[in-house]
Amino acid sequence: MKLITAVIKPFKLDDVREALSEIGVQGITVTEVKGFGRQKGHTELYRGAEYVVDFLPKVKLEAAVSDEIVDQVIECVAKTANTGKIGDGKIFVSDLEQVIRIRTGETGNSAL
Amino acid sequence: MENQIFQLQYAMDTFYFLVCGALVMWMAAGFAMLEAGLVRSKNTTEILTKNVALFAISCSMYMICGYALMYGGEVFLSGMGEVDTASVLNDFAGREDGFEGGSIYSGASDFFFQVVFVATAMSIVSGAVAERMKLWAFLAFAVVMTGVIYPMEGNWTWGGGSVFGMYTLGDLGFSDFAGSGIVHMAGASAALAGVLLLGARKGKYGSNGSINAIPGANLPMATLGTFILWMGWFGFNGGSVLKLGDISSAHSVAMVFLNTNAAAAGGAIAALITARMLFGKADLTMLLNGALAGLVAITAEPSTPTALQATLFGAIGGVLVVFSIITLDKLRIDDPVGAISVHGTCGLLGLLLVPITNGDVSFSGQLIGALTIFVWVFGFSLVVWAILKAVMGIRITEEEEYEGADIAECGMEAYPEFTKG
Repeated sequence: MKLITAVIKPFKLDDVREALSEIGVQGITVTEVKGFGRQKGHTELYRGAEYVVDFLPKVKLEAAVSDEIVDQVIECVAKTANTGKIGDGKIFVSDLEQVIRIRTGETGNSAL
Repeated sequence: MENQIFQLQYAMDTFYFLVCGALVMWMAAGFAMLEAGLVRSKNTTEILTKNVALFAISCSMYMICGYALMYGGEVFLSGMGEVDTASVLNDFAGREDGFEGGSIYSGASDFFFQVVFVATAMSIVSGAVAERMKLWAFLAFAVVMTGVIYPMEGNWTWGGGSVFGMYTLGDLGFSDFAGSGIVHMAGASAALAGVLLLGARKGKYGSNGSINAIPGANLPMATLGTFILWMGWFGFNGGSVLKLGDISSAHSVAMVFLNTNAAAAGGAIAALITARMLFGKADLTMLLNGALAGLVAITAEPSTPTALQATLFGAIGGVLVVFSIITLDKLRIDDPVGAISVHGTCGLLGLLLVPITNGDVSFSGQLIGALTIFVWVFGFSLVVWAILKAVMGIRITEEEEYEGADIAECGMEAYPEFTKG
C-alpha cells in the first residue's frame, strides 16, 4: 500500500477528485495549505504600496491506495492537475505500513 | 388659521431635524465598519470599542458643557425641557417674511442634530490613530475634544462668536454650510496632531525608506461602512438647511440631497480612475476614500452648485485624496484608513470651493476661517496629546502591537473561532 500526497493548484481539485473516483480511489483527504516552491510568491498592491506574498495557497490531497493502482493514480493526478505553467505542484509517494478501518476493525487492502 | 400653519411648520421642521439627526447618528455605524474593515483583524475589537465609546462620550460631553460653549445657554442643557407655545407662536408671527421666514424649531431637536456632528468629528480621529494607540488615552482625548476643542471653534463659526474677541469669521465672509472645515477638517487636525506624536505602525515604513502595505482585514465591511456614511451624509448636509417647511427651503433641501449624492459619485469615479492610472489596478480602498472625499468636498456648500458643478467638485476631491494619501505616506505619516486625507485635505478643498458658487463668501474669509480652525484644533490637540503622552503614554508596547490591540486592551478577539480553529 502506498500513501500518495499531492500538492496541487486549488482550482484543479474538482477535476482531480472526479478523475480519481473514476479509476476506483475510494477516498481522499484534502487540506488547504500554503507554501512556496520554484514559483516563489508574488506581489500584490494595496493603496499604492506593493507587498510580497511569500506563500501561495495550494491544496494538499492525500490518498491511501493499493499497490495495484498506485501507478495509475500517480499518472491520473499528474495528468489532471497539469496546466503546463509554473506552480502546478508535486506528488509524493511513500510506503504505507498499515491501514485500519475504525468501524469494522478491517486491516490492510480491505480497509482501503 | 395662521397659528395652525405655524404649529405645522414647527412640527415639520422639528421632525425634519430629528430625522436628519438620526441619519447622522447612523454615520457612527459607517465609521465603525469602515475602520474595522481597514485595520488588521487583531485590532478589530479595539477599534469597535473606540467607536462606540467615543460616540457615547461625545454625546455626554456635549450635553454637559459642549453645547453651552458653542451656542450659549446653560450647562447640562438646563431649561431645554420646556416649551412655551404662546411665545413660540409669537416668534412665528413676528417674522418679517411670514411663512418663508427663518426656521423655528424645538431647541431639543437642535441639540440632537448638533450632538451627532461632534461624534462625527471625533470618529475621524479614531481611524487615523488605529492599531497602535492606547484605548484609554484616546478616550481621555475624546473628553477634551468633544467638551472644549470642538465647541470653541464651533462657537466662532456656527455659533457666531468672535475668536477671543479679536475678529468674527462671519464678518470676514466665511461660510461653512455643513462642516467641511468645522467638523471634518477639525477632526483631521486633531488626528494629525495625534499621529505626529504617536508614530507609524510597526513595520509600515522600512529603514531603507520603503513604504510597506498593511492590508485591511475585511473589505466588504469597509465597503458597507462607506455606503452607510454616504447615506448618513444626506442627513448631515440635508439637515443643515435647517428648514423644510416652505417651498424655497424644501427645494433647497432637495438640491442639497441631489448635490451631495452627485459629489460622492464624482469623487468615487475620479479616485477609481486616478488609482488605476497610478497603480495599474483598481484599488477598492482608494475608491471608497474617493466617494468620501467627494462628500467632504461638497459639505461646505451643497446648496448653491449645480448638479454638474457638484459632480466636478466631488471629482476634484476624489483625485486629490489619492495624491494626499500617497504624499502622507512619503512623509511617513501613517494613517491606516486615510482619514487625514479624506477629511483634512478635502475638507480644506471644500472650504476653498465655496466662493465659486456662493457670491456672499470670500476666498480670503475661507482661508482665514480654515487657518483659524486648523491652528486652534491642531495646536490645542498637540498640547493635550503631549500631556497624555507624558502622564499615561499614548502608545501600546511593541509586543502588544504585535499581538494585537484586541488582546492587549480589550482581552478578547473579534473572531475567536476563526483564529482558534
